[in-house]
Amino acid sequence: MIESLHHLPPATGTHGALSERFTDLAPALTARQAAIESARCLYCYDAPCTRACPTGIDVASFIRNIHEGNVEGAAVNILKQNIFGGSCARVCPTEILCEDACVRNHDAEGQPVKIGLLQRHAIDNAHFAGHPFQRAPSTGKTIAVVGAGPAGLSCAHRLALLGHDVVVFEARAKAGGLNEYGIAKYKLPGDFARQEVDFLLSIGGIEIQYGRTLGANLHLHDLHTRYDAVFLGLGLGASRRLGLTGEDAPGLAAAVDYIATLRQAADLAALPVPKRAIVIGAGNTAVDMAVQIGRLGAEEVTLVYRRGFEAMSATGHEIEIAKTNGVRIRTWAAPLEVLLDDAGRVRGMRFEETRLVEGRLAGTGAVVEIAADAVFKAIGQHMDAKALSDPLAGELERDGDKIHVDARFRTKLPGVYAGGDCVAPGQDLTVQAVQHGKLAALAIHDDILSKAEA
Amino acid sequence: MADLSIDFCGIKSPNPFWLASAPPTDKAYNVVRAFEAGWGGVVWKTLGEDPPAVNVSSRYSALHGKNREVIGFNNIELITDRSLDINLREITQVKKDWPDRALIVSMMLPCEEAPWRAILPLVEATGADGIELNFGCPHGMPERGMGAAVGQQPDLIEQVTRWCKMYTRLPVIVKLTPNITDVRAPARAALAGGADAVSLINTINSITHLDLDRMVAFPAVGGASTHGGYCGTAVKPIALNMVAEIARDPVTRGLPISGIGGIGNWRDAAEFIALGAGSVQVCTAAMLHGFRIVEEMKDGLARWMDAQGYADIAAFARKAVPNTTDWKYLDMNYQVIARIDQDKCIQCGRCHVACEDTSHQAIARLVDGNARRYEVIEPECVGCNLCEITCPVEGCITMVPQETGKPYLNWTQDPRNPRAEVTLSEA
Repeated sequence: MIESLHHLPPATGTHGALSERFTDLAPALTARQAAIESARCLYCYDAPCTRACPTGIDVASFIRNIHEGNVEGAAVNILKQNIFGGSCARVCPTEILCEDACVRNHDAEGQPVKIGLLQRHAIDNAHFAGHPFQRAPSTGKTIAVVGAGPAGLSCAHRLALLGHDVVVFEARAKAGGLNEYGIAKYKLPGDFARQEVDFLLSIGGIEIQYGRTLGANLHLHDLHTRYDAVFLGLGLGASRRLGLTGEDAPGLAAAVDYIATLRQAADLAALPVPKRAIVIGAGNTAVDMAVQIGRLGAEEVTLVYRRGFEAMSATGHEIEIAKTNGVRIRTWAAPLEVLLDDAGRVRGMRFEETRLVEGRLAGTGAVVEIAADAVFKAIGQHMDAKALSDPLAGELERDGDKIHVDARFRTKLPGVYAGGDCVAPGQDLTVQAVQHGKLAALAIHDDILSKAEA
Repeated sequence: MADLSIDFCGIKSPNPFWLASAPPTDKAYNVVRAFEAGWGGVVWKTLGEDPPAVNVSSRYSALHGKNREVIGFNNIELITDRSLDINLREITQVKKDWPDRALIVSMMLPCEEAPWRAILPLVEATGADGIELNFGCPHGMPERGMGAAVGQQPDLIEQVTRWCKMYTRLPVIVKLTPNITDVRAPARAALAGGADAVSLINTINSITHLDLDRMVAFPAVGGASTHGGYCGTAVKPIALNMVAEIARDPVTRGLPISGIGGIGNWRDAAEFIALGAGSVQVCTAAMLHGFRIVEEMKDGLARWMDAQGYADIAAFARKAVPNTTDWKYLDMNYQVIARIDQDKCIQCGRCHVACEDTSHQAIARLVDGNARRYEVIEPECVGCNLCEITCPVEGCITMVPQETGKPYLNWTQDPRNPRAEVTLSEA
């Protein structure tokens, strides 16, 4: 539970009633709808949707399989490129990826095939006796993977498939990373994230050690010495600071911490819920935070961003979700001061209105105050500095605060690879993390084999 | 609006749309509903000798398209399963109540003179406008020496037709089976026997699909199935060709034809009429959508005729027959080349892969980053139409006739033909 929100009243209503507000945001297709939608796919050659998919799923092929009643074939088609195909079908911003590339977007029609929903249909309805993939004969090699999020587990799964054994080190109590702790509850309802991880692990050869935090009770030097290769799939555990006084006051919290608590809550009615909430930020996490706190019962939710709509990193689809959920969006306002009451608790925030002056953001001097019982910051995450504090980790080359990798996700240290949110390429999407892990596994495999041959 | 009425070998009908002899014309109840809906005529479901036929349960099956639209339809029903007396009484009453509509009675009797001599006068007494001889039913009845078993033997067609002309004054329409090698032979036999018209096609021997769990075809009667008669949209191209074959055959040219086979809308009807049909018969489309479809068929046909300046059916009937010829008379110097309208192109790449894998490698794929563009390589294009056919966007790819500057030259005149004729007389 988040210390700084203890003074807030709990959510109104029972757990059961509140849970009703966190069911599937986008309901699954019925079999009939899937049949109709799959018939719309034109089975393009060198299909643009596949090019747009970070994991390179052969979209036309899996949709054709669905249409021919071969749901298992469709699912394997997806999973062989993206073992997180089920969660990606739910959380991918398809409107900027495959569905944006669909040729049926062309002016005359303007209706892309619902690729995300079809992908979900395939994964949800496929029934396998055992894991659909068979591991290659054992290579006798063991690889360490740090982080059981999408990047780490994707890497682990591919390595296991190729015949390696894998030990995954995870700081938290559960595997899944942001799928388990970070994605809005209505996007991955129920225990889908856990089921998906269970399915992934059922290939065999993957051991997970929980409560192992790099830089605390786990050190890169040891991993590098003991294992045949190391993959770093670190999350961005630390929330950026606003840099304002009052930042640690009761009533101020990081959105990711609140969402993690919400995702793990056994009783939604026990969650602290402000009457009025401010969310600072403009990404999908900010939207997830704003919508979820609203659904928990906050009466006024204001999302504040220092620039305009066009600069928001949340997709248009996400912004629509915020609006339809009653979130007020205040653009062109930069945080100036956290307002505290006599007890030292958050009572609101003061913002300065902004505008662009010769392309640069500048304050106008006009001040706006918004009353709130809680402020959630969703202004970005960065790597916990302690994670890479051991001497060997210090040798990793960085791009800003991210780990530098080559095109095959090798770091500067031989035998150490990295992918997911801790490296520079990508836009911190789950689907990209999955691809990083997969490509890193292939690079590890190739490098180990070529070393063995040399 | 254009005049849709027809006079088909003396049978008058307010429009060319008739319901074919089949379940929709099985009894008075259905036929009255059809007339109320506006159908110009019906061919009453085939009468036979008593005792009437007995049908099995599970009778139809279908070939479905991507969106479960029915592409083809198959049935294993026999002729009427009601007594001759009931049918004759109902026909009499319906004709009396609907004098302006065409009412033709389909008949199937053994290949013996006596039953025809006995029953034809009873049919004529109903007031019906004509008879249609069912020489086409491909399932069940042929096993008893009737239906397609007769239609596959020109001498029997001629013989039975002759008996009919002897024992009734009604126009005799001979319904032909497509389950033969050359439809001109049975058509010529019908003409020789004195037929007033032919109608075609009856259904095609078929198995639509299987239950792969039970390893039995559809329609499954318990654990077994049999071949049925295929009809619906899928058979239209076969029917159109057979109609055209008879329409342009020097022996049968001018013999009235009632076109049947996959007619589901006004455009289908116009095509049959342009290729030689004087009336059209519909069954599957009505079975799938009900009798009301005739409303759109009549309206669409009339509006198209108005737009074309055709005052009546005769104005465009047979107009496509002279343009239907043998391959050897096609112009070897004619050339079309595909043109892709880049504004309409959605970059699906289907034209490219189709041409690249299976045709002439005449569509280039130009990729620049995420931008894709498909262009015709004109010197390689043979004008096969494959790209235009696979393109999902109507009007995006067109086949453009080229100005070759060369005169008409058919294969009989072509120097590349080792058996080319020296003279141009046949051209």
